[in-house]
Amino acid sequence: MSPRVTFPHKVLPYLLVAPQLAITGVFFYWPASQAIYQSTLREDPFGLNSAFVGLDNFRRVLSDPNYVNSIQVTAIFTVATALLAMAVALFLAVMVDKVIRGRDFYRTLMIWPYAVAPAIAGMLWLFMFNPSMGTFAYMLRSAGVYWDPLLNGNQAMLLVIVAAAWKQISYNFLFFVAGLQAIPKTLVEAAAIDGAGETKRFWTIIFPLLAPTTFFLLVINTTYAFFDTFGIIHAVTGGGPGKSTETLVYKVYNDGFVNLILGDSAAQSVILMVIVIALTAIQFRYVEKKVHYG
Amino acid sequence: MATVELNGVRKVYAGGVEAVKGVDIKIADKALCVLVGPSGCGKSTLLRMIAGLETISDGTVSIDGKVVNTIGPAERDIAMVFQNYALYPHMKVYDNMAYGLRNRGMKKPEIDERVKRAAETLELSALLDRRPRELSGGQRQRVAMGRAIVRNPKVFLFDEPLSNLDAKLRGQMRVEIKNLQRALGVTSVYVTHDQLEAMTLADQLVVMNGGLVEQIGAPLDIYEQPASTFVASFIGAPPMNLLGSEQGTKGASLTVGDLSGLGVTVPPGTTTLGVRPEDFRLDAPAAEGLRTELTVVAVEPVGAESFLHGTASDFRMVVRVPGRSSAQPGDRVPVWAERFKLHFFDRNGRRVQA
Repeated sequence: MSPRVTFPHKVLPYLLVAPQLAITGVFFYWPASQAIYQSTLREDPFGLNSAFVGLDNFRRVLSDPNYVNSIQVTAIFTVATALLAMAVALFLAVMVDKVIRGRDFYRTLMIWPYAVAPAIAGMLWLFMFNPSMGTFAYMLRSAGVYWDPLLNGNQAMLLVIVAAAWKQISYNFLFFVAGLQAIPKTLVEAAAIDGAGETKRFWTIIFPLLAPTTFFLLVINTTYAFFDTFGIIHAVTGGGPGKSTETLVYKVYNDGFVNLILGDSAAQSVILMVIVIALTAIQFRYVEKKVHYG
Repeated sequence: MATVELNGVRKVYAGGVEAVKGVDIKIADKALCVLVGPSGCGKSTLLRMIAGLETISDGTVSIDGKVVNTIGPAERDIAMVFQNYALYPHMKVYDNMAYGLRNRGMKKPEIDERVKRAAETLELSALLDRRPRELSGGQRQRVAMGRAIVRNPKVFLFDEPLSNLDAKLRGQMRVEIKNLQRALGVTSVYVTHDQLEAMTLADQLVVMNGGLVEQIGAPLDIYEQPASTFVASFIGAPPMNLLGSEQGTKGASLTVGDLSGLGVTVPPGTTTLGVRPEDFRLDAPAAEGLRTELTVVAVEPVGAESFLHGTASDFRMVVRVPGRSSAQPGDRVPVWAERFKLHFFDRNGRRVQA
C-alpha cells in the first residue's frame, strides 16, 4: 500500500482533478443524460414540439421486429469479429515469436493496418470485394463462388466481419506479442523437459499464462465490435442488404439521423448503454475469475 | 542408473561467440558432478547442452552410453531444477509435480502415489493445494526439486538452484540436496559459481574458465593440488596468496614482487608462488620453508578464526590465525609456511611439481 498523499491546500486537489471531471462531464454524462431524457419524449412530425411519453419509446423499440433482428446481427457480428480478430492475432503473434531473423521487420509490418482509418479500411475491402470491379470478387467468381454481397446478406455479413476483424488484428497482435514476451522462457523449457510437445506446451502453459492479455483484449474487442465498427459498416454495406448487417449502433444512427425518429433512437442508445455495461460487468465478474495474474 | 559423458563438446553461438571450447568430462554413475566457475565461463551453456535446451555445435554428449545430440529434452530422461525454479504459476503444487508424469501418460493412481511420496520426502504434503506465488522461496525450491524427483529420471541437472535463497536457507538446502541425491542415487550435474557450494556438494568437481575445463577432480584434491593459478585463486576462501615475480597471464590476481626475499628455493620455471592463508604459521620455524615478516594492515576477526591482511617483501597477503588475534594494524608479525604446503606455478599459470 502506498501512503496517502496529503495536500496542504484544500482547493488544489479539486483543481487538479477538475479537467478530467469536466471532460467526463461534458462528453459523457451530459450526452448520456440527454439521451435518457430524449428517450422519454416523442416529437411531432415537424419537430416543433415534443411530449413526454414515459417508457412508450422503449416498448415500441423492443416490440419492433427490426430491432430484434438488429440485436441478432450485433450478437453474430460481435462474437465473430472478436473471435476472428483475436484468434488470427494470437496465431500471428505465436508465429512471430519463433522468427529470429528480421523479427522487428515483421512486427512493424503487422502493426500498419491499425493506422488505417475505419472508413478507409471499409472502402478498401469494399473495392477488393465489389462484385462488379473487385479483384477478389473476380477471383472468387472464377473459382465458382457466386459472390454478391450487395444482394446476399450472409456474404455481406462475412465481408464486414472480415474487414472489421482485419483492422483489429494489429492491435491484438501487439498485445499478444508483448504478453508472449512476458512469459519466462524457462517455463517453456521446463515444460519441454517435462515431456510436453509444442502444441501441448501452448495449451497448458502459454495460453493460460496469456489469459490476462486475452481477457483484456476480449473486453476491448467486444467494445470495438459494438461501437468502433460503425465506419466500416457504413462504408461497406450501409447496413444492407435488407438490414442484414444493421448493428445496434448503426440502427441508432439510421433511426436518429437519417429517419429523424429521435425518441426511438434515444431509447435504443439507452438500451445499448445498458447492454454494454452489463456485458462488461459480466466479463469482469465471471470471466476474470478464471484469469491468473502472475 | 546412468553415466554422463561429454566428448570434445563445443558451443558456438550464431554471432560467432564460442562459449564452450571443447570440453571432455566423464561422470560416473550416481556421482554428483559440480561445474564451477565465474560467470560467462560456459558452465550453464554446458548444462543446457546436456539438457537438450541448446544445440551442440561439435562433439558428443552421451547419457547412459547413448549419444543424445539429436534427441529432444523430453526423450533424454533428465530432470532440471532452474535458478528461478520455473514453476508453472497457474498450477497448484500438486499439478506442478504431476505435469511431467501426465505428459508421459502415466496412470492416475500411480501419479498420485509418486507425487504424495515426493511431497512427503520434501515436507510439502501440507502445501499441495497452494499455488507457487503463495509459497516462500525455500518452499518453491522444494517444489522444483519435487518436480524433478517424481519423474525418477536418469540424470538430475541443477542450474544454480540455491542462488535465489538467503544465506542461512542456502546452507540448509545444500545439505538437503546432498542427502537427497545420495539417497536417490541419481547421477547429477550441478552448476554454481559459489566455491563453497561446489566444495561441499561435489563428488567430482569441474573448475571451468573461459569455456575450457581448468581442472577435474575430487574437491579436496583440487584444493590441495590446484592445476593452475586460476583454480588456486577460485577455490578456497579467502583465496590463496599468489606471489609472483612477474605479472601472470590470465584470470588470477597475483601480487608482484621479488620471490628471493622469502627464503624459499623454487623449482626451475616457477614465476608464481602460492600459499593458502591457513598454511601460514606464527610459531617458531621448525622446518624448511617460506619465512617472512608480515606488516599488518588490517585485522578481520571472524570468531573461530581471524584474518590478518598485510604486506611482506612487497607482497600483499592474507594470513589466517585460529581464534582471536592480538595483532594490531602496524605490527610486524613473523610468519612461515612449510615447504610441502607451498604451490608453484610457471609463467603460463600451470602448476610446477616441487
